[in-house]
Amino acid sequence: MLDLTPKTHVNRSGVLINPCKTCQPVGALFAALGVHNCMPYSHGSQGCVSYHRTYLTRHFKEPAIACTSSFTEGACVFGGGPNLRQGVKTVFEVYNPDIIAVHTTCLSETIGDDLKTYIDDMEIPDDKIVVHCNTPSYVGSHVTGFGNMMAGFINYLAVKGKATETVAVFPGFVNPGDIREYKHLVSLMKLKSIMFPDCSNVMDAPMTGEYKMYPEGGTTIDEIRALGSCRKVLALGRLTSEEPAAQLKRRCGVDFTLLPLPMGLADTDAFIMAMANLNGGEIDPLIDEERGRLLDLMLDANPYFYDKKVAIYGDPDTVLGMTRFCLELGMVPKYVLTGTPGETFVKLAKALFKEYGKEDMCQAFAAKDLFDLHQFIKDEPVDLLLGNSHGKQIAKAESIPLVRAGFPVLDRYGHASLPIVGYRGAFQLATKIADALMDEFDRNCADEDMDLIM
Amino acid sequence: MSIDANAVVLERYNAKVFKNRKEHMLKVNPAEDQMIIANTRAIPGIMTNRGCCYAGCKGVVLGPIKDMVLITHGPVGCGFYSWGTRRNKAKAEGDTPNYIQYCFSTDMQEPDIVFGGTKKLKKAIDEIMELMHPKTIMIAATCPVGLIGDDIQAVAAEAEKEYGIRCVAYSCEGYKGVSQSAGHHIANNGLMKRVIGTGSYEPATKYSVNILGEYNIGGDGWEQERILRKIGYEVVSVFTGDGEVERIASSHKANLNLVQCHRSINYIAEMMKTKYGVDWLKVNFIGLEGTIESLRNMAAYFGDPELAQRTEQVIAEELAEVQDQVASYKARLNGKTAALFVGGSRSHHYQGLLQDLGIKTVLAGYEFGHRDDYEGREVIPNIKDDADSKNIEHITVEKDDKKYHAYLTQEQYDKLAAEIPLEKYHGMMRDMDEGTYVVDDLNMYEAEKFMEILKPDMFFSGIKDKYALQKAGTLSRQLHSYDYSGPYAGFKGAAKFGYDLCMGYFTPAWHMVTPPWKNCATLQGTVGE
Repeated sequence: MLDLTPKTHVNRSGVLINPCKTCQPVGALFAALGVHNCMPYSHGSQGCVSYHRTYLTRHFKEPAIACTSSFTEGACVFGGGPNLRQGVKTVFEVYNPDIIAVHTTCLSETIGDDLKTYIDDMEIPDDKIVVHCNTPSYVGSHVTGFGNMMAGFINYLAVKGKATETVAVFPGFVNPGDIREYKHLVSLMKLKSIMFPDCSNVMDAPMTGEYKMYPEGGTTIDEIRALGSCRKVLALGRLTSEEPAAQLKRRCGVDFTLLPLPMGLADTDAFIMAMANLNGGEIDPLIDEERGRLLDLMLDANPYFYDKKVAIYGDPDTVLGMTRFCLELGMVPKYVLTGTPGETFVKLAKALFKEYGKEDMCQAFAAKDLFDLHQFIKDEPVDLLLGNSHGKQIAKAESIPLVRAGFPVLDRYGHASLPIVGYRGAFQLATKIADALMDEFDRNCADEDMDLIM
Repeated sequence: MSIDANAVVLERYNAKVFKNRKEHMLKVNPAEDQMIIANTRAIPGIMTNRGCCYAGCKGVVLGPIKDMVLITHGPVGCGFYSWGTRRNKAKAEGDTPNYIQYCFSTDMQEPDIVFGGTKKLKKAIDEIMELMHPKTIMIAATCPVGLIGDDIQAVAAEAEKEYGIRCVAYSCEGYKGVSQSAGHHIANNGLMKRVIGTGSYEPATKYSVNILGEYNIGGDGWEQERILRKIGYEVVSVFTGDGEVERIASSHKANLNLVQCHRSINYIAEMMKTKYGVDWLKVNFIGLEGTIESLRNMAAYFGDPELAQRTEQVIAEELAEVQDQVASYKARLNGKTAALFVGGSRSHHYQGLLQDLGIKTVLAGYEFGHRDDYEGREVIPNIKDDADSKNIEHITVEKDDKKYHAYLTQEQYDKLAAEIPLEKYHGMMRDMDEGTYVVDDLNMYEAEKFMEILKPDMFFSGIKDKYALQKAGTLSRQLHSYDYSGPYAGFKGAAKFGYDLCMGYFTPAWHMVTPPWKNCATLQGTVGE
């Protein structure tokens, strides 16, 4: 496996090998799937949306719907306006969504299609809505696209109004299972809230014997409108949710609190404290229980986490969250890597290393790939890989256990419905990490060294 | 009179869409000379399953070649999505490296789009040469590359000069053509122009063949090779599953081309006939009947009684190994119905295998087939070029006097051509029963609607459809990537397929979809005091 990867690392500026990021449009498509009765729409060649639907379906094991402008060579020369007009008309007639969320592609961005003008000039049925955002694939990553699509919905729909009691939660680039966990915590904090976007009950819809193109879940259009009159936005995921939160503030004056994804103990505490500031400080005893159970596990299993070296890779906010949690567990996040560009990630990661006194033992990288990570590991190995499915090759090549978390998990089932956020999510993640490390020990140790008791 | 499912499905469409889609559907009537429209533009806004030109070129045809570095020149997405997502298996052997596990992308950034990306592409080649020293590099272009006018051909030529390697660039931008099909054609052209005919490998026997259009999904190609070798054939090259540049380069020396996936590779088959005199035979190694017939046709082509005898012996041995299994699966699956919507050949090939298992196909269609894949190659002269197909390079080749070698005399050829499908493909429709449906470029709405009307027991399609159909209560198996299973080719493959269908169809969960409380007329309970 990966036999052609040389041990010596060289910095590359021309070729990305085994990327740890993908392009903006798939993030935009995913964000749009978290809006109720919405048809995501890709303005570009039909291959883009075919890849994106395939990719999201393979991660969630759920249908991922989306339509496309199906560009041909002619459209590239003369502009994609007619394709978009016909596309929108067809989508409303055939698939009947309430709203179409258009995102661009590298094709339509390169030819300079002006989506705003196209949409302003087109005929849209009275009770229907078309929104758009720009997602050039040659800027940022899928995470950027996710935030841009959120900002697109906000631009078109959010209405400034007298502040209500409602709090908005921007979830970050997370799974349906994580969203359920947020809702659980928000409901324990007795806050009236809007989750935007909300892929729960869309990308993990139950099996009922009936296929619904638009499942029950998703943020409603009215809720997106009402974002403009929320008292506060809790923007989870510093690098994913800041842009849409800032956009809502610019547009409607709604303040936001930017928080890390609530992964592990301290970052979940921060989320709870932010909510406590909004509900008058009332904390449901169940939250103490969940927190206490997590802490209990962390202490129980501490010897097995302590000093274990881990490589963590994937999307920036997810990686930062898992990094802090690994530090809390006493592990050493030796390599912390994202493919998404941006030095903020590196700064935040280094601050975490410093906070736990491990700055000399850990390194953080942005805009790197899994070929880099593999070479780092060949040079100085780790005990565990923590990240998406694409690390499985390295895991096999180097015989290192892999705990799957984040996006995408293409090769296992059920992950999208299991949370890794909140105290309960952290509990699950810690259990998986301990299992992986201890299974590895049991598999490789001498017979006389294998113990039944801990 | 029975209902016309097509008419019901079309009801939803406005006049323009109706007119377009109507021509892509028909109800099979063998008494008529039926025509279907295919390989035309998808309607913007329709949720087509089709991919793009890049997907056909890089993903399908070039992707499986293992001993070369294939660089995607463009923003990161295209390379990323086509990395390890097709299950085209390959393994390193001896000195032959395997690059399949790697994804190479130039990850173009905004300045590359503005100022041109060739500098970055050149840098990418330099870095790859330093790190991995491949003998061959190929470059596949994505949408922006053609739009900004990056001269990838010049970069490739320069790399050849500088490093003494083979470097071939493909202008397979996603917007070209109407589906993956354009990309197959572009990849075929590139292989023909730059690779085939340049190799020095000499086949060891006269029973030398190439397998064309076999991408080794789930190991299908390996299973075919195993059977062929057992009979005594030499497989010179496979296009392109577990393929090697060096073998493909020498493929012109084989005596017969076997065409498995007609759609994606027929261009090479035709051009090799013209240029090198290699005849081609349409084969189908999916299903027992298909495999047996293909093996017998091959034996007939080579005309050696000993080979024919050996063929019968292997057929008998292989059948003996699986026939009880297949019979047991058939007993369980007999009378079931199926719908098939796959790429450009499998919707046809799998009908035979389903039949082996007692399953009747009620609906079939291709995602990116052409009229000849439906109606047979006889219609090719009648297919008019449209604006989209005219944009795809069409190359013509001439006889290469030095390398031309015909295995048969013209007389032998003519005699055989009447008996076996030499340079013939009769298309899918002729093998379908009266009253079944054929739909080209089926989309999500139509799939749902046809399911409602025809109620097939199982649906064979790709991952984009899979879970929607499954949610609606139908067994849905991926015939693009085989759901982590396979091989499905040949004799053992047929048994594996039968096993997988039984597994899927009879899994206990199907019986638990309705909760017990939904079946009770009234729930009993106590009334609170």
